[in-house]
Amino acid sequence: MADKTNKEKQFSRRDFLKTTGVATGGIIGGSMLGGLVGFRLDSPTEEADTGQQSAEQGAEGGGNSGSYNPGRMFFHNDTTFDTISQAMERIYPEDDMGPGAIALGAPFFLDMQLAGEYGNNTREYMQGPFYEGEATQGYQSRLIRSELFRLGIERLDTEANEMFDDDFRNLDGGQMDEILTRFQEGEADMGVPAATAKPQDFFRLLRSATIEGVYADPLYRGNHNMEGWKMKNFPGHQHAYIQEIDTDSFTEIEPQPLFGGNH
Amino acid sequence: MATELDKVDVVTIGVGWTGGIIAAEAAKAGLSVVGLERGRERGTEDYQNIHDEYKYAIRYELMQDVSKETLTFRNNREQRALPMRQLGSFLLGENLGGAGTHWNGQTWRFLPYDFEIRSMTEERYGSEKLREDEGYRLQDWGITYDELEPYFDQFEKTAGISGEDNPMAGERSDAYPTPPMIKTRTLQMFEEASTNLGYSPIMMPSANLSEQYENPDGESIAACQYCAFCERFGCEYGAKSSPEVTVIPTARKTGNYEVRTHANVVEVLKDEDDDSRVTGVRYVDVRTGEEFIQPADVVVLTSYVFNNYKLLRVSDIGQQYDPETEEGTLGRNYCYQIFGGATGYFDEQFNTFMGAGALGMAFDDFNGDNFDHSDLDFLHGGNMAITQTGNRPIATNRTKPDTPSWGSEFKKESIESYTRTLRVQGQCAILPHRDNYLDLDETYNDVYGVPLVKLTFNFTDQDLAVQKYVTEKAGEVMEEMGANDVVLDAASTDYDITPYQSTHNTGGTVMGDDPETSVTNTYLQHWDRDNLFVVGAGSFAHNSGYNPTATVGALAYRCAEGVIRFAEEGGRLEEE
Ligand SMILES: Cc1cc2nc3c(=O)[nH]c(=O)nc-3n(C[C@H](O)[C@H](O)[C@H](O)COP(=O)(O)OP(=O)(O)OC[C@H]3O[C@@H](n4cnc5c(N)ncnc54)[C@H](O)[C@@H]3O)c2cc1C
Ligand code: SF4
Repeated sequence: MADKTNKEKQFSRRDFLKTTGVATGGIIGGSMLGGLVGFRLDSPTEEADTGQQSAEQGAEGGGNSGSYNPGRMFFHNDTTFDTISQAMERIYPEDDMGPGAIALGAPFFLDMQLAGEYGNNTREYMQGPFYEGEATQGYQSRLIRSELFRLGIERLDTEANEMFDDDFRNLDGGQMDEILTRFQEGEADMGVPAATAKPQDFFRLLRSATIEGVYADPLYRGNHNMEGWKMKNFPGHQHAYIQEIDTDSFTEIEPQPLFGGNH
Repeated sequence: MATELDKVDVVTIGVGWTGGIIAAEAAKAGLSVVGLERGRERGTEDYQNIHDEYKYAIRYELMQDVSKETLTFRNNREQRALPMRQLGSFLLGENLGGAGTHWNGQTWRFLPYDFEIRSMTEERYGSEKLREDEGYRLQDWGITYDELEPYFDQFEKTAGISGEDNPMAGERSDAYPTPPMIKTRTLQMFEEASTNLGYSPIMMPSANLSEQYENPDGESIAACQYCAFCERFGCEYGAKSSPEVTVIPTARKTGNYEVRTHANVVEVLKDEDDDSRVTGVRYVDVRTGEEFIQPADVVVLTSYVFNNYKLLRVSDIGQQYDPETEEGTLGRNYCYQIFGGATGYFDEQFNTFMGAGALGMAFDDFNGDNFDHSDLDFLHGGNMAITQTGNRPIATNRTKPDTPSWGSEFKKESIESYTRTLRVQGQCAILPHRDNYLDLDETYNDVYGVPLVKLTFNFTDQDLAVQKYVTEKAGEVMEEMGANDVVLDAASTDYDITPYQSTHNTGGTVMGDDPETSVTNTYLQHWDRDNLFVVGAGSFAHNSGYNPTATVGALAYRCAEGVIRFAEEGGRLEEE
């Protein structure tokens, strides 16, 4: 069943990582597996690796996203998209549990969300005046999410250059984590007054958008092949559990998407 | 200029459970009723492709559009109130059916103690225990459980509630209309553990019906299919009792009822010549921007806690509560709930992704005054429950307190815990305090130019004490259930409006038998304006350790009786 194929996939992926000599979950693991072919013009070695990875995926029978690229609506700049993809991968990394944010297409999920209602806060109260509130009062920034993401991505690079003298996407995993932690803990500099944006607001959105992109219905372009659900044993859209609800043992059910499944 | 429409007998503001119940009863009695609802028409046919966690549970597709109207919030009077810019702590209803469309359906009656909390507490423990010097303001509701029992029964029969007798609760005149839901493995574990500890667990009374049912109005409700997309979703089977499958079709069938959607009421119109009456309401068609006046013999506010308060306040009906002088009744006794629970980590995997909104077991041994409070530093308590509502992967990522909230460790632990953790949780009462109240904001408006409601609320010592006590009890149950590790919920500090807690807001338009401490009498008739009724959880004088809607439904049936009697006889209903 679903579970068995999943284990096989995990096994072969781990194998592959070993043979390429790349530490699981580092920057390279992330970008290689994410199908960011052609983005790293400055890094030919990794491009070659990416090619290798595609072959590997072929052998696995399309188990993860490979060159999955549904196109972009919001992130027109390749570098910006690469930066946010790397950050999302650190939140939810590829590892021996299975694919990470990039392989699951979570950055494409975010891309589409930022282009729409979510990015424009259309169903949220955005009238002024704006003040920096107490933490218990929730989000109080005048920025809509798409603006906050743009600013946050800029500041990831600013912090990266200050601390490690390079852009965020070129750092190693541990360095990226250090920077993300600075955002999470409110230490990073957003370059604007706190009433406009706090680093922890950006981090909170980055984290939640990553989890959403990993586990939302594939309709939203993340959770590629429902691999996010498979790791978690979540069966997605099932019409009913009335037949199984009173069974005492754990029941594995092959996941179904909301649309286009074989119900 | 506003266009004046033809007069009707009854107009309700909002069409959820309360608006639907008033409409069904009044229309059956032959009165002409208009329901003004600011949201859209919707029903079971709109819920056929609804198993989408992201859209409905995370982005709140079915709930209030807070770009148009929200409220402002602060923890205390020293803070600047700021808008709740995104939904979070509670999920306000909008569109036909209101929050009754996307509720869970856990349908508990409040306890006899609740309705007489002040006198019973005084009698058992003395007046010291009321802690008035510390600002607590307990009051009786002006009606007893026994007086309200027939209305509870009526609501449960309309909704077809599935349940079994509760030895720790008030007496019932009749059994639940349908038997309890299926007792799953995890519920059985809870049952065994709590029985071992000497408690009295029962199946949760549920509006996800255990079997197909026809209610006394002839409406048919289907049997729950345990689809696990229930709380925050509409039911694609018509198996969750909601206004759209019960009272709204009942009202429509009479031919005396019209629902007017996209109609946002902005004012209740006072009678210029008679200060004991109102004449109707003014509303805006939210699509065209046109204004209308809907005259009516009786106006019933059924627009939930915040808007029932707001419409009275902006229409200058009644006196605003002032926390300094404690004069005025409008806005006082705002209450909420506080939760305390325990998470158990197991090796075994459970079918946590299956479930239904009100599938659960619970006991009331630590609710109300069912246990001795003599040596405790709080009153009341909470219903202790395990539920199997269907965990979904975006929202359910449980990790132990020391685990990072992102990265590989987070990923592994949240994936493994998804099917290997269970929760037991107490839903605790909050008692009214002088400093917790509703007011009108001076700075922020809704899109129609009407000021937002301003909420001033924080947890008090009483609330934090009840939470601590119940959390520990939850931990003991979880131990007994055999968890490898039991993690108790962290204690709350200040109330935070961002994480979801419950849509169990209460107070602000309290009912009672004394105009000095309440806004309406116990028929929910406004003390100042005889033909104005105000009903909902805002009518509660305090909040109990239960979900509110059975009690809301009972009050709506009582209110409907009042409306019909008033339409026939007029006058003050408290003067029998
Ligand atoms: C996710 C969730 C789960 C819940 N689970 C449970 C549960 O398990 N058990 C339980 O007992 N309760 C539960 N509740 C609470 C329950 O849904 C409410 O108590 C109940 O639905 C309230 O009914 P109501 O008629 O008072 O208000 P609502 O259902 O809120 O209806 C009010 C209506 O008025 C309309 N309105 C507001 N202002 C205006 C205006 N100015 N003009 C025109 N129309 C207006 C709104 O659009 C809305 O449709 C839950 C709530 C939520 C959100
Ligand atoms: S769990 Fe039952 S009542 Fe709830 S939505 Fe699914 S079928 Fe309907």
